[in-house]
Amino acid sequence: MYAFELHQADSVANAVALLAQTGGKALAGGQSLVAAMKMRLAVPGALVDLANLPEMKGIRKEGDAIVIGAMTRHAEVAASDVVKDAIPALAALAEGIGDRQVRNMGTLGGSLANNDPAADYPAALLALGATVNTNKHKIAADDFFKGMYETALGDGELITSVSFPIPKKAAYVKFPQPASRFALVGVFVAQTAGGVRVAVTGAAPSVHRAAAIEQALAKSFTADAAKAVKIDATHLNSDLHGSAAYRAHLVSVLAARAVTACG
Amino acid sequence: MGANETGVIGQSVRRKEDVRFLTGAGQYTDDVTFPHQTCGYFLRSPHAHAKIRTIDLTQAKAAPGVVAIFTGEDLTGVNGLPCGWLITGTDGKPMNEPPHPVLAQGKVRHVGDQVALVIAESANQAKDAAELIEVDYEVLPAVVNCVDALKPGAPQIHEQAPGNKCYTWALGDKAAVDAAFAKAATVSKLDIINNRLIPNALEPRAAVASYSRADDSYTLYVSNQNPHVERLLMTAFVLGLPETKLRVIAPDVGGGFGSKIYLYAEETALVWASKKVNRPIKWAADRSEAFLTDAHGRDHVTHVELAIDQGGKFLALKVQTTANMGAYLSTFASCIPTILYATLLAGQYTTPAIFCEVTASFTNTAPVDAYRGAGRPEATFVVERIVHQAGVDTGIAQDEIRRRNFIRTFPYATPVALTYDTGNYDATLDDAMKVADVAGFPARKAEAAKRGMLRGLGYASYIEACGLAPSNIAGALGARAGLFEAGQVRVNPTGSVTVFTGSHSHGQGHETTFAQIVAGRLGIDIANVEVVHGDTGRIPFGMGTYGSRSLSVGGTAIVKALDKVVAKGKKIAAHLLEAAEGDIEFKDGKFTVAGTDRSKAFAEVSLAAYVPHNYPLDKLEPGLDETAFYDPTNFTYPAGTHICEVEVDPETGVVKVVAFTASDDFGNIINPMIVAGQVHGGVTQGIGQALLENCVYDADSGQLLTGSYMDYAMPRADDVPSFKVSTQVTPCTHNPLGAKGCGEAGAIGAPAAMMNAVHDALAAVGVQRIDMPASPHRVWQAIQSARV
Repeated sequence: MYAFELHQADSVANAVALLAQTGGKALAGGQSLVAAMKMRLAVPGALVDLANLPEMKGIRKEGDAIVIGAMTRHAEVAASDVVKDAIPALAALAEGIGDRQVRNMGTLGGSLANNDPAADYPAALLALGATVNTNKHKIAADDFFKGMYETALGDGELITSVSFPIPKKAAYVKFPQPASRFALVGVFVAQTAGGVRVAVTGAAPSVHRAAAIEQALAKSFTADAAKAVKIDATHLNSDLHGSAAYRAHLVSVLAARAVTACG
Repeated sequence: MGANETGVIGQSVRRKEDVRFLTGAGQYTDDVTFPHQTCGYFLRSPHAHAKIRTIDLTQAKAAPGVVAIFTGEDLTGVNGLPCGWLITGTDGKPMNEPPHPVLAQGKVRHVGDQVALVIAESANQAKDAAELIEVDYEVLPAVVNCVDALKPGAPQIHEQAPGNKCYTWALGDKAAVDAAFAKAATVSKLDIINNRLIPNALEPRAAVASYSRADDSYTLYVSNQNPHVERLLMTAFVLGLPETKLRVIAPDVGGGFGSKIYLYAEETALVWASKKVNRPIKWAADRSEAFLTDAHGRDHVTHVELAIDQGGKFLALKVQTTANMGAYLSTFASCIPTILYATLLAGQYTTPAIFCEVTASFTNTAPVDAYRGAGRPEATFVVERIVHQAGVDTGIAQDEIRRRNFIRTFPYATPVALTYDTGNYDATLDDAMKVADVAGFPARKAEAAKRGMLRGLGYASYIEACGLAPSNIAGALGARAGLFEAGQVRVNPTGSVTVFTGSHSHGQGHETTFAQIVAGRLGIDIANVEVVHGDTGRIPFGMGTYGSRSLSVGGTAIVKALDKVVAKGKKIAAHLLEAAEGDIEFKDGKFTVAGTDRSKAFAEVSLAAYVPHNYPLDKLEPGLDETAFYDPTNFTYPAGTHICEVEVDPETGVVKVVAFTASDDFGNIINPMIVAGQVHGGVTQGIGQALLENCVYDADSGQLLTGSYMDYAMPRADDVPSFKVSTQVTPCTHNPLGAKGCGEAGAIGAPAAMMNAVHDALAAVGVQRIDMPASPHRVWQAIQSARV
């Protein structure tokens, strides 16, 4: 790790100002960033820690949605009665991220801003039709994830919270990559007010919706309907742990298992 | 077991060392810090194969905190690292032994090869300076696969090894094997890859070297399994120093699994450089360095054929193996796929004719050497996979085909140079089948099938040769070192005992097991026994810990020293009790005049030895401190049967280990809890190899693709079931403890049992072959291919 400056922000405005002054990076748990810094792969001259910003904290029910502050740790989401009551699939997803140490440090906002192609939270946002609230905008999940490690966040823009509409039913099934236990493929299925939404993580360079499975499930919300969908492997990832064809196959299988888990 | 033992032997005594390990009070190499210490950092090759045109140190030397930078050019008078075992090829010539430089000499041969040593005031400064070193490389084509390396036109890695060949070596009677195949009723055949593994000890390698101007001597703290061997190799072979000038201390060591047996370049460079800079130097590998530079394990490609008669009896076994040595010969690399492999190919069976030919090749990969089991897991995998296939090909049940071929008469001389002293293979097979509830398997398989799951059952009836070794036999086979062990028992004046052992504990629990032996034999409290290991400055000598040898060889050396202590104690007691020496009996911690109630406690005798006021000084030296060297007369032969039950999800390819039974014969057991722990760890590593672990280099660039835990899958607690472990006992016939060794058995038996179970499960869907690791992706692909 190279030497860097650490700044503690005390408000969102202060964080934005510090980031502008230093040209540094926001620290939102650091479970990917700090590891990359230790390997000298990420070399920020300064970090601005968002851990002490009250605007980014808390889990609350607002109407038909659950709003979670961006700096909420995965472990807090996993343990939240509010989340467990309203969207148990989201609590279960949080419980399955990384290991205990990662869950106690990593945050919702950090995960989303990083947009790792194998991260879990992006699948939840996309399938639930969530809204990302920033210090500047409200961004629909469908417009937020732009590609591998790319998001719609602009300069000086920080995620403050995420609003998850409460679905009728939802489930997330993750197939872990054997070494890292990130999602080799993860599929989040939700029956929402706007219809069935299915989001896939791990399989492609970015989280995406599986339109073919959504259409099949709209006609018949059954495991067999999901499993019968053949996914095109053309644009899927291929690596040591799974070919594109295997990932394509898993998308249908996991979608079917998620439908079953929806009950 | 002798009569003079109390109940502490054979008890699951809690490990004495665990308090310090579990409370963070352990003292590992990286915890050792000296005043004025500097930090070392190794600049490593980013290329698998390249010529070094120039190295420019100008900027780096001017960087903040830099004390010195050394490259291969500076190491004049320093030899390369030696290989400890000479293999003579089938052509009658010695193996090709290319130089193994401490720092690269004009060429790098694997990613991670050490190019320069940067010494600075802090580790970060050393790393920063290393980034300023400009190395002009001429990148060369690379080869990483051991078979590809032998093909015409493959990149040539060493001038001294034409065609990248280290040796072709053979064992057994080829003519007899060919004759037996000609009359076989059935010939079973398999192609097998034994996947390459990265050891991944919890504590990465580390070293702290210091130099004393006062007496021109060096001290090396190093995370190592055999400090005396480290000292011998480094002084005599590399640096040209007398042993007296180097003290090697291997303090608490967080796991080795073989990877810390060897003399590595890093600690050698540190010792040499400590005099140049006249300051202590510390280096601790980070995990990435461990992946790149720890000696890896396995990496064999094998074709095996088994000839079987009408009655299911094995007639002959034929094995052809190519083994990867990596870029350089590590300390024991050459003997692993030969002496420790081919000699085990009889397994538990009476196969009368065996022939094995092994070709070892150099590749642009990290050196390969012994890893938990070392040659014996590879041999067991070949034997037990082909026996499984023989059962499939002949239609004979898996237990039955083993029974028809078991050795039942001992001693038994195999056709591959070993003589098994004792064993009872039916006992461990029967026991394992009972514990595994084999009778209930068909019902479990049917129930699984209803859920769409494929169940499979796999056996491995393994044998291993442990307790390395008779030195004279090893010497005749090419070993360049002895393989005895030394033990010293120092009785202190008030009767407490300090044991100095040449064995080294890096997780095995010697401080407890050896203390149990001493406490049991002397009839004293285990709390009064201290076990010292890992320091050439305190211990008479030692050959270290590997090959499951510590109890059977190191423990026996302690027993021999204890015998001397008791013999001298009898002389002292005879004087104190005014009786004839021949009338003194030692039992339960007391020296007694036979047939009387007159006795002296052990501590009274020890006190007399150190306060010899009433003492036969005319006949006997004071003191009670005895040393023994023990060289065994044979290997020991732990054996057993492991049975694995798996469930495969054909939809995803996921293999779940639902049950694992290990019935082992380790001979007599000192501490059943420690033995069970060794089996649990070994089986977990075996399941790791079969299911998860795989070291992969890119075939073109030679880059390590599995260079971190993001891509190298280690077994975790939830990958394995709760093990069913039991033991049967046939005591070893040639050491006084009757002990055989237990450290590697799990890693030896588990991969074959596991893969036989996977093949058994997948037979239902027509899959013929699947290589380790049976990852979900591979299993799914195999099922898809079988369906086509």
